[in-house]
Amino acid sequence: MHLAYPAVLAALLFSVGLYGVLARRNAILVLMSVELMLNAVNLNLVAFDVWLRDTLHAGQALTLFTIAIAAAEIGIGLAIVLMVYRNRGTSDVDRLRDTSETDDETPTADGTPSADEKAEATA
Amino acid sequence: MTTTTLAVLVPLLPFLGSAAGLLLGRTAPGFVRPLAVLPTLAAAVLAVLVAARQGGGKAVDAATQLTPTGSVPIDLALHIDGFAAVVAVLVGVVATCVQIYSTGYLRHDPRYPSYAALVSLFTAAMLLVVYSGDLMVLLVGWEVMGICSYFLVGHYWETPEARSASLKAFLVTKLGDVPFLIGLFALAADAGTFRITGVLGAVTSGALDHPTLVALLLLAGVAGKSAQFPLHTWLPDAMAGPTPVSALIHAATMVAAGIYFVARLLPVFAASAAALTVLAVMAAVTMVGSALAALAQDDIKRVLAYSTIGQLGYMAGALAVADRGAAVFHLLSHGAFKALLFLAAGAVIHAAGTNSLTAMSRMSGLTQRIPDAYWTMTVGLLALAAIPPFAGFFSKEAVLVAAEHTATGDHTAAPAGAGWIVLVAGLLTALLTAAYAMRLWLLAFRGRGAEAPDHGRQPIQMTTVLWVLAVPSLGFGLTAAYLDDWFDGNALTPTLTTAVLGTGLAVVGAAVTYAVRSTLLARTAPPPAAPAGATPVPAAGPAAAPTVAHPDAEAGQVEAEALDLPHPAADPADPGRALLGPLHRPAADGFHLDAVYRAAFVRPVLAAASLVRFLDREVVDTYVRGAGDSAKGLGWLVRRAQTGNVQTYLSALLAGSVVLAVVAVVLANAAAGA
Repeated sequence: MHLAYPAVLAALLFSVGLYGVLARRNAILVLMSVELMLNAVNLNLVAFDVWLRDTLHAGQALTLFTIAIAAAEIGIGLAIVLMVYRNRGTSDVDRLRDTSETDDETPTADGTPSADEKAEATA
Repeated sequence: MTTTTLAVLVPLLPFLGSAAGLLLGRTAPGFVRPLAVLPTLAAAVLAVLVAARQGGGKAVDAATQLTPTGSVPIDLALHIDGFAAVVAVLVGVVATCVQIYSTGYLRHDPRYPSYAALVSLFTAAMLLVVYSGDLMVLLVGWEVMGICSYFLVGHYWETPEARSASLKAFLVTKLGDVPFLIGLFALAADAGTFRITGVLGAVTSGALDHPTLVALLLLAGVAGKSAQFPLHTWLPDAMAGPTPVSALIHAATMVAAGIYFVARLLPVFAASAAALTVLAVMAAVTMVGSALAALAQDDIKRVLAYSTIGQLGYMAGALAVADRGAAVFHLLSHGAFKALLFLAAGAVIHAAGTNSLTAMSRMSGLTQRIPDAYWTMTVGLLALAAIPPFAGFFSKEAVLVAAEHTATGDHTAAPAGAGWIVLVAGLLTALLTAAYAMRLWLLAFRGRGAEAPDHGRQPIQMTTVLWVLAVPSLGFGLTAAYLDDWFDGNALTPTLTTAVLGTGLAVVGAAVTYAVRSTLLARTAPPPAAPAGATPVPAAGPAAAPTVAHPDAEAGQVEAEALDLPHPAADPADPGRALLGPLHRPAADGFHLDAVYRAAFVRPVLAAASLVRFLDREVVDTYVRGAGDSAKGLGWLVRRAQTGNVQTYLSALLAGSVVLAVVAVVLANAAAGA
């Protein structure tokens, strides 16, 4: 099998994932898109491993590692999204903008954190 | 002990006393009075001993070099000739009197410890000037006196008058000190040494290349220190200090330093006829102008201050005719009677509760309240007016005789023109001096009106000192014949012509003043038995003179309060007003010299200050603020990117990576193609 097929497939998968990460609003869908990108990379690793005829099969071994770490990562990510949803009633990425720079130049006089920051601190 | 050791101790003792006084003033208040009086007294005794050992003979010289300077050496040197010996005695005695008087005068003053220490330091600095044989060491004492006068004149710094007077005294004397310093350097550059003996030797051998320049530069400093025209304006204002300080500044230290300095370096000045002529003109303007101004003053201490300026003019005149014996002789007798006059004036101000002569002239019975001050002040005024046989007569005659000899060509050390200037101005001033002395006496002690309040007797320290100082004021002149040997050997005894002329003019001046006062009093006598209910004429009637709020307080506090009193409307029976006529108003203002200074120096300095302020605030600060503001603006721009939306960040990251990748590819292709 020619290398072009898996490579093109991987590129398409990566592009779909990238679009998802940049364009989807739901945090869970963003995480799923990240998985798509990871799997595109995995596909590349396996394809090139075969194509280069690597006797140690480093590409396949690395893919196993990636899959394991991706599983852990998605677990933690989903847990975070769950907590955010419970706290705020939404998991919209667009609305999680607490770190944005406001035009308010002066911090609050007594240095107490604002209501939003408090909510985040207790979360 | 050798004479040198004794002489070193003379300035050292008051200095140590002042250091100890400053250190122990708060922790051990009991030691303050002994620490103030005893070192000064010991210095006075030692100065007498030194004078006795020196005996007017060969000068005592001693020097030690602390460290090589690389160029002109600076030595810790003593040079004690007859002048130094007797002037040191005067300084020691007057300073001791002032310290003793102050223990009574400023008994309860909270700042007495620092005051006494500063007076001791002042004395030590003056004694250093007197004994020093090295011009740089002399300059140290000279400048220490300047700063001490600043502190002491500003003793009552709660009052704005004292604050501005102390600043003025400091700045005006510094105005003269700058050319003085340059003159010292020029002198040392020519002579190759700072030692007085070396400088005098260089003058004799003609090694001095620019005698006129050096002498004129030095004269500027002398005019500032000795309050000669046009730098005299600080002295009348320095009256804002306590009376003992005025006595010290006027009689023994500070103003005497300038005259003494010229006397010491007289050959340098005598090497230039131009410098002597300038000195003569300066002295003449100073004498006549200050005598006119003294006649118009209302504050008793200002009258005395202007009289000091005038008497310093006499001394400067004697120096202008190159007779330093007469100058130092007048310095000595003036030191005695002027200290007496000021200390007595302090007692008078205390008793009257005011420093205004007009207010005093509306009181009667002041003489019964303070008989000691009355009699001693009379002696002092007679000496000031140069009535024989008081001290002032002999010393002033010595000046006039020296001027006459120069004018007629008997002495050729100075130009005859200088002699004539000094002689004419001196005789005119003798007339005016007697007039204002008489006016002061009449207004202060022959007032009519309400009985002066009774505050009890003056402290014993104050009255004793007055009588102690009255003795030299009365009899010092009789030593004229003996003093010749201590000085240059010129005869100091009066001659018939000048004695008759001078005394005659003085008597005329006093008599005219008395007559004018009597006439004016008779004319403006209050109408007898004014009808009840009629409004009294405030100017003519014995209106209550304004006096201080706490007349029973100690003298120093009374004086401080008197500084703030408004001066009452002029007394119509004031002979000064009648005698001066249209000159009265300018004379009362010191001939508007302060206004001239304001226009010539104060305004330009203030304008320069505002320019500097503008440059600092508007130009320099603009750069600093610009640096801060541009960083802030950049920060604001960068902050715009922080939207908080993670996807925006990622998009920017992606766009950046794509751009970088494209650039890398294009560059690689271009490199491969080349």
